[in-house]
Amino acid sequence: MQTTTEHIKRPEDRFLAAFEVHTGHALNGSNAFGQALRREALTHFERLGFPARKDEAWKYTNLGPKLAREYAFDVPAPALTPDDLAPYTIPGLDAARAVLVNGCFEPSLSSLDGLPEGVVVTGLAEAAKRHPERFERHFARYADYRGEVFTALNTAFAHDGLFVYVPKNTVVERPIHVLSLLHTDAELFLQPRLLVVAERSAQVRLFETRHARTDTPTFTNGVTELFSGPNAHVDLFTLQDEGDAATQVSSLYAYQTGDSYLATNTITLSGDVVRNTHTYLPDAENCETHLRGLFLGQGAMHVDNHTLVDHAKPHCFSNELFKGILADRATGVFNGKVFVRRDAQQTNAYQENKTVLLSEDARMYAKPELEIYADDVKCSHGATTGQLDAEAMFYLRSRGLTETQARRMLLLAFARDVIDEITVEPLRAHIDHMIAARLA
Amino acid sequence: MLEIKDLRVNIEDKEILKGVNLTVKPGEVHAIMGPNGSGKSTLASVLAGREEYEVTGGEVWYDGKNLLEMEPDERAREGVFLAFQYPVELPGVSMSNFLKQAVNAVREHRGEEPLSAVEFLKLMKEKAALVHLDPSLRRRAVNEGFSGGEKKRNEIFQMAMLEPKLAILDETDSGLDIDALRIVADGVNKMRAPDRAFLVITHYQRLLDYIVPDVVHVLMDGRIVKTGGKDLALKLEELGYDWVKEEVEAPA
Repeated sequence: MQTTTEHIKRPEDRFLAAFEVHTGHALNGSNAFGQALRREALTHFERLGFPARKDEAWKYTNLGPKLAREYAFDVPAPALTPDDLAPYTIPGLDAARAVLVNGCFEPSLSSLDGLPEGVVVTGLAEAAKRHPERFERHFARYADYRGEVFTALNTAFAHDGLFVYVPKNTVVERPIHVLSLLHTDAELFLQPRLLVVAERSAQVRLFETRHARTDTPTFTNGVTELFSGPNAHVDLFTLQDEGDAATQVSSLYAYQTGDSYLATNTITLSGDVVRNTHTYLPDAENCETHLRGLFLGQGAMHVDNHTLVDHAKPHCFSNELFKGILADRATGVFNGKVFVRRDAQQTNAYQENKTVLLSEDARMYAKPELEIYADDVKCSHGATTGQLDAEAMFYLRSRGLTETQARRMLLLAFARDVIDEITVEPLRAHIDHMIAARLA
Repeated sequence: MLEIKDLRVNIEDKEILKGVNLTVKPGEVHAIMGPNGSGKSTLASVLAGREEYEVTGGEVWYDGKNLLEMEPDERAREGVFLAFQYPVELPGVSMSNFLKQAVNAVREHRGEEPLSAVEFLKLMKEKAALVHLDPSLRRRAVNEGFSGGEKKRNEIFQMAMLEPKLAILDETDSGLDIDALRIVADGVNKMRAPDRAFLVITHYQRLLDYIVPDVVHVLMDGRIVKTGGKDLALKLEELGYDWVKEEVEAPA
């Protein structure tokens, strides 16, 4: 399925042409709901166009050179056996496992036995066919495919990913490990999609770990939608470690109804250009929202965390903490916005961003924003960027630790309040170990 | 053990030490007293290897080695210990993790095997008792939320864990109440040994009632201007520093 798009110059046109070429194939889905939605999303994509440099939301992140590459859209992944997954498993973790290869659900590599009755964990394409009612009630309801160009593009193209459904009053005790692998020799443009639905009083923990078995340049434009029903409890941990050649735009839309709890923790260890656009809408009273992140930049890596917490209703709580460690020529961006609408009285919203720069050439652009229209709220925000404390370094070295040991100890301590929020111990230990190894 | 010859030190182009000479033998306790701004803490910092000081002249020999050529961590592994005047808080660094790495770094340098978890815990318990620290402090972050007295006792505790050959106490007594002072002094006294020397920098004679020095030096305006026995400290306590100053300035 090689397309005839090679001569097209404008990246947008290449996608529009690819859409037409692939219409009617699996890539575009089949049912009426999907077809109509894709068509609509495509018109939004065409209208919005890719971000320009003057676009405030993309001021520090230029995807132009990445989008100018000619990517393949539909190349089958080479075969994988369960043994190939060994390097990506988490020692001692007792979890159900869903495996995505190049964004497509692989039932043969997944192990989903023992999930509580009524819980669905399956490929997105499969879910659209087998659970159309639930799927259509939630799919593309929270993701802003009318206003965000990458979400529009994903909505037009996505053909698989993962669907997680937890029925009401159901507690999924074992966490669900979503292992996402890039496995290709082609320069692929991937558009995976995750949809997580937790109904009333349901509880689920998801750990998404993203790795690559390739160093070929790829571009992943992923969208995740989370729905947290009344009194539901959803925990999403994401590890981004796809290597130096993987450009990633990850858009997350979290929608919360009353009395629900939602926590995300996004740890970025590698990538080429990484942009996380995370939007949280606690859309009823008494929601609790936690957003945490940790990014380690090295080489020429670029990590941009762009978050919005949109408090629309009273009595909600949100707490945001993003920490970064940047070495070499790495650049980081934190643009966190907390919006408190007029009706959102008694909101407690906190936001903090701290970054340590380990080299003269590393750069951090931090832009915390608080916009408040209610008059009875407690909110705070802050951002600091600096070097490791020289006095602390000297203290450790005066006790016999080498400069390298001392630096690693302080950096791990700096990262600790993000790492320690990982609630499942084998995963916490695993991530702690990975980060310690990276800081060696 | 320690020989300082004509040591001159600048900080930001201002000369702080203007030719310090000092010889310390194994087993001895030397007290260094002096008014504020005389250079006492600068001397301690330079010996431990703090980087913002510029040595413009002189030599420091430690156990036959050129101390000034060594990195701060090399000095520590060679047995130099500085008890900080202002111990640093390290949020997120647990006492046990910190001390395990420090103790094992020193042991490795001495050609000893790293301690097992059990041995390490036993050692921690034993040494914590020396300065009346609750052994549960191993789970706490280094100095974080410690009271002033706890921080100073923690310094002596770390000293006991690392078993240095040369321990420099930089105003460890400042700000301590008499109970904490006794505990700290008691900890130091228990560590006195024929192969271990102490350099006790203090502002107050009171400490020297509890840690009895072999030699007392007066550091004034960047030089050691007077050296004597423990009686010198008592005289300083009674009369202040003016008489020393007059003596120094008087024409020979």
